[in-house]
Amino acid sequence: MPSWLTLLIAPFIVLNVVIVMVTYVTLLERKFAARMQSRIGPYRVGPHGLLQPIADALKLMMKEDVVPTAADRRIYNLAPIVFLIPCMLIFATIPFAPGLGVADVNIGILFFLAVSAMEIVGLFMAGWGSNNKYALLSAMRAVNQIISYDLPFIFSALVPVLLAGSLKMSDIAAVQQGSLLKWFIFYPVIGQLAFIMFIVSTLAAENRVPFDILEAESELVAGFRVEYSGMKFALIQLGEYAHMIGSSFLGALLFLGAWSGPGPEYLGPIWFLLKAMFFFLVVTWIRWSFVRIRVDQILALSWKALLPATLGLLIMTAVVVVWRTSGIP
Amino acid sequence: MLDESTVSRVEMDWSGPERLTMNMGPQHPSAHGVFRAIVTLEGETVVAVDAVIGYLHRCHEKLSETLTYAQYPSIASKTDYVAAMTSEFAYVLAAEEIGKIEVPKRAQYLRVICAELQRIASHLLWLGTWCMDMGGALGGGATIFLYCIRERELILDLFEALVGARLLYGFFQVGGTRYDIPDGWAQQCRETVDVIDSRVDEYQQMLEQNAFFLARAKGVGIVSRELAEDVGIAGPLLRGSGVNWDLRRTAPYSSYQDFDFRVPVETDGDCYARYRVRMAEFRQSIAIIRQALDKLPAGPISSRPALKSVAQIRIPKGEAYARVEGPRGEVGTYMIADGSAKPYRMKWRGASFSNLAILPHIIPGHKVADVVAIMGSVDPVFGEVDR
Repeated sequence: MPSWLTLLIAPFIVLNVVIVMVTYVTLLERKFAARMQSRIGPYRVGPHGLLQPIADALKLMMKEDVVPTAADRRIYNLAPIVFLIPCMLIFATIPFAPGLGVADVNIGILFFLAVSAMEIVGLFMAGWGSNNKYALLSAMRAVNQIISYDLPFIFSALVPVLLAGSLKMSDIAAVQQGSLLKWFIFYPVIGQLAFIMFIVSTLAAENRVPFDILEAESELVAGFRVEYSGMKFALIQLGEYAHMIGSSFLGALLFLGAWSGPGPEYLGPIWFLLKAMFFFLVVTWIRWSFVRIRVDQILALSWKALLPATLGLLIMTAVVVVWRTSGIP
Repeated sequence: MLDESTVSRVEMDWSGPERLTMNMGPQHPSAHGVFRAIVTLEGETVVAVDAVIGYLHRCHEKLSETLTYAQYPSIASKTDYVAAMTSEFAYVLAAEEIGKIEVPKRAQYLRVICAELQRIASHLLWLGTWCMDMGGALGGGATIFLYCIRERELILDLFEALVGARLLYGFFQVGGTRYDIPDGWAQQCRETVDVIDSRVDEYQQMLEQNAFFLARAKGVGIVSRELAEDVGIAGPLLRGSGVNWDLRRTAPYSSYQDFDFRVPVETDGDCYARYRVRMAEFRQSIAIIRQALDKLPAGPISSRPALKSVAQIRIPKGEAYARVEGPRGEVGTYMIADGSAKPYRMKWRGASFSNLAILPHIIPGHKVADVVAIMGSVDPVFGEVDR
């Protein structure tokens, strides 16, 4: 197979897998939340509600597409796409097993972090273009929040990078192979702290409760997507969940040893998926047990606590790494 | 469209170029019914709020003039549909006061049991919706909400066994109650309050050890004692501001003096204080129900003959104001009777209506997110505000 063909086929497969995953991750979340709340969850469509996501997707496709008369049409229509593209691009550098990925570039982590920060452009366009006060407030909050939480997010993601000594994702995964204790989450003190901070900043970057002030349906109805309907709404939803799954994979790769696990090597991607889903469920668990905090409290938490803490941790990690590699006892 | 001249705006000291006027309601996820708050924002901070009510007006007071004393208690339920028993209670008390009608002890105790069960059910719904306001229907708030609804369901089951209805009851009648408790009901009631007693512990653990909940509730929407007394709020709001005022204690009706209970008072005046008051009221209501079930005397449930026609009850000429302590505060009816089977005129005093008046005093200066938290802590029911 010529190499240019691989370059076309691989993203095609990854994109489709991500879309299927998004549909089923919503079902997983709904079932999980339902169990937490002593409910059953989706049950009617297909056995145990297994066809529910497909029914939802079909419903969204058939919905009327409403554009508010006062909206800025070009920005309004473009926003879902601008939002979706970075959310899908983050999968480009994730290796799902040794050698199995779209592009395992040597600045993989950097690419991931940079692209995932780009989603704010789409968010703001959606909020601004809708010409709705709720959407505008939500867009304002989005800019505040994502700028504040990108730094802690990056700093906490850089801790495993320092420990592994590489920005390449497959290198970071390779360092953690072999035994459970090599996973960076089990790295004494630093690993656990970085993992907790990573989860907190992931929650904020993904706009999940307790940091979901952009959506905040009890205050801003649905935030930046209040005017969207039909397929455009579906695209925003798709982007949001894709971003969440991408971050879950990143978390599993950085801290949980990626594809390391018992059994033959071809089970690697399965292990990776299971770990990513574990990470996703932790985030979901937090989402369904906390109330959201206020915008000023969110900013204070970021600038006064999380940012200094992650920065300190990063410096500490650097010191530890230098100390261990220099051979000084 | 509202005429601009009829709209009053609370203006505060302010100087700056940009302000945003935003409608929250009448159709809004946190409006608790149909309430419209016109908020003026500076960035995220609310500088003024204007409350618009009246979207749920159903002419209850006029309606009462066309319905007999036997018919209206079922309709009175609909003023405050979250605590339907309370409104019926106030109505029959007023009629009994004018007619000097004695109520048998057993009926009084049954009334107390139902009123207290209703208070628990109402507070459960309040806790759920308030947390949903703060935590979102797609987040931790919905979890608490569903837990609360699960427990409220148990109480509705009790009411269903007693009356046959789950939301609007018609249990109270002038002179007593309409039904006696069925066999086994007392035992079921005891078990239910035991379950709720243990579940309230769970809620308290879940919420009071949750830093995010505390951050949202503490120090938000402070009502000082002076402000509370000036505005004339009632119920848990008033007690959350340090005023020890509970009609069950200060003006006992329906044998409340027979029971041993405490009136919870908190002094902070913020959302958390109101939460604490209501959580303590769960316990007190449970204690009252247990005592009432223990002491429930035998005897008739009504001092009047069983109803055979709707116009059977006639109240002599006179007027009276009767009030009860509802879950949201003082619920009162002022009734003028003219000797016929229908009141000549009747006026409702809804607790939610007067409690709502506190909003423009405490909301300005808070963030948008606090508006819904404060509104939820006031616990308005719009059926009672607009009547």
